[in-house]
Amino acid sequence: MSTAKQIDPAAAAELFIIQDQIHEPMHDRFLWATMQRRHAEAAAIPEWEELREIASKIKEHTLTHLDHYLEEFEANATKRGAHVHWALDATDHNQIVYSILRDHGVKELIKSKSMLQEECQMTPFLQQRGIKVIESDLGERIQQLDGQPPSHIVFPCIHKTRKDVAELFARTIGTDPNNDDPHFLTEEMRNNARPRFLAADAGMTGGNFAIAETGTFMVCTNEGNADIGAAVPPLHIASIGIEKMIPRVEDMGVFLRLLARSAEGAPLTQYSSHYTGPRKGGELHIVLVDNGRSRRLGMPDFWHSLKCIRCGACMNTCPVYRRSGGLAYGSTYSGPIGVILDPTFDEFKYSELPFHSSLCGSCSEVCPVKIDISDQILNWRRVMAAKGYLPLAKKLSFAVAGHAFAHPEEYHVLENLAEPAISYAPHFLLYDRALNPWVRDRELPQPAKKTFRDWYLANRSEHGNLQQ
Amino acid sequence: METSNSSRETILNAIRASLPKGVVEHPGIPAFQPPAGALKAVFEQRLKEAGGAAHDVGSLAEAQSKLAQLHPNAKVICSAVPEIAGTRRVENVRDAHDLADVDVGVVRAQFGVSESGAVWLTQEDLGVDALGFLSQHLVVLLDPKQIVPDMHTAYRRVRLNETAFGCFMMGPSATADVEATLVHGAQGARSLNLFFL
Repeated sequence: MSTAKQIDPAAAAELFIIQDQIHEPMHDRFLWATMQRRHAEAAAIPEWEELREIASKIKEHTLTHLDHYLEEFEANATKRGAHVHWALDATDHNQIVYSILRDHGVKELIKSKSMLQEECQMTPFLQQRGIKVIESDLGERIQQLDGQPPSHIVFPCIHKTRKDVAELFARTIGTDPNNDDPHFLTEEMRNNARPRFLAADAGMTGGNFAIAETGTFMVCTNEGNADIGAAVPPLHIASIGIEKMIPRVEDMGVFLRLLARSAEGAPLTQYSSHYTGPRKGGELHIVLVDNGRSRRLGMPDFWHSLKCIRCGACMNTCPVYRRSGGLAYGSTYSGPIGVILDPTFDEFKYSELPFHSSLCGSCSEVCPVKIDISDQILNWRRVMAAKGYLPLAKKLSFAVAGHAFAHPEEYHVLENLAEPAISYAPHFLLYDRALNPWVRDRELPQPAKKTFRDWYLANRSEHGNLQQ
Repeated sequence: METSNSSRETILNAIRASLPKGVVEHPGIPAFQPPAGALKAVFEQRLKEAGGAAHDVGSLAEAQSKLAQLHPNAKVICSAVPEIAGTRRVENVRDAHDLADVDVGVVRAQFGVSESGAVWLTQEDLGVDALGFLSQHLVVLLDPKQIVPDMHTAYRRVRLNETAFGCFMMGPSATADVEATLVHGAQGARSLNLFFL
């Protein structure tokens, strides 16, 4: 068991919801609008469901041959002049990156968004060693200036209003605090970042896909920031999770048709860039990172999570995520995908996350690579219960429910008692904020006067030999 | 290879020990029916939705006057195409940093993709990769006969084993990071005008 404190997502979500009447409704509205664009794009492609199935199978094929494809990727990337490194874990990754930077005398680094580098906590590691690290993606830069991690894997500061950004920029880069026009704010950051791109000694990116056949890796962005970082400084370092492998160039057609449509309802991101070896006159290092992935591959109930292409559709569709904000998850990965990834890093710390879900199953339905996200959430609940990580209130109520469901005759008695019980129980008992955070802002539904079972027996008993 | 062999072997061995039971075959990719609609018309519509603009220019002279009309105040026009001289030739640029002052970059794309409005540009087409990203504005030439229907056909045309850099570029730079409001020109080009030539 880890020594880290257990994350309480329901309590953190409550703070996001009650802060005002602006943030949570806005967050919900923006992400739902993104989801509607996704649905329109998906509906316009007759073979959409077939593409999801093919993408899922290609990923499963690759993961069941992962050693082979990693070696093929390494051989081809090396042949093209890239330096390939292997990192066991986050510290190993950070050490490798630091030693490359140190050997090249790098003082200042410009990086694009990389969830893997977030996962490795790379920026503080490098800054403690005297290297200046600047985020170049606008949303990620906003989060860096605010000292917060990204709250969404595609839209890092989607939980902030324009007013929040205007106040932050006024405080950190000296803009007019009263001008909160997104065009103005974006332009200010463009002008702020441009000299940093030109001064940087190295650029860093992540990688969305790595193609074994050619030793190519791909980066998708809308701003072009990753491309400037890769094209301007003499040194380019890319951090890539070992699960990002794709066998052949031809496979990319399937994934790129799915990725941006799922992520933001657009046919592609503005830039889909392919790096195969260093550019003319440049130097390229690729760090392949395990950090728990090989272990996850060996978990029968959970290895499918390695298929994830980080589109964020599961977050955008999730009714719990949309109302909680991503920071409530207290982890690198938030939303449904975070719920199933985070416990693989620390089961105790993230033991409450699987309960931060309505199990509605929408995430599994929209996932472009058909990860069984909601089934995995349920399986993680089982793991947490088996390990005894449930808080006392949940343990007690689950024990009562478990007993009742295991003894149908008692359940029927309880069922008939529920209506009067809920109707007459003192309000404080049902709505105790400490016992049940889920009811803090909700009322329980009115119980039906008659149970379904009683209605069925009265009206449909001719069909059933229902055991009494 | 650069790092200790031990990390490499440890990771590969851990993967081999963890490989899921049951081998999944590669499903293969069937030939999908290309999207309906004339390739060029759909391409233009998609490019417009991505924030770019396509222009039919009948001749080189018309292309040059269109360029001047779109960017009347441009001081530095850096060209990677033989047809348009510009004020600076990319062949003479030694270092990416020397492109920091470029107002308009002029390049020719190998082909376009109808379903997205994206164009394929490689290191060879750009001359210096940074021309595609440091230029304040881009003008892209495209032969209208070189439009493929979708990403499947597009990936059959790219030659990743022949270039160190290749990009599907779909319109200008964009962001929606502040309150989901679409803004063009976040870090890369502020505008992308495509000339059919």
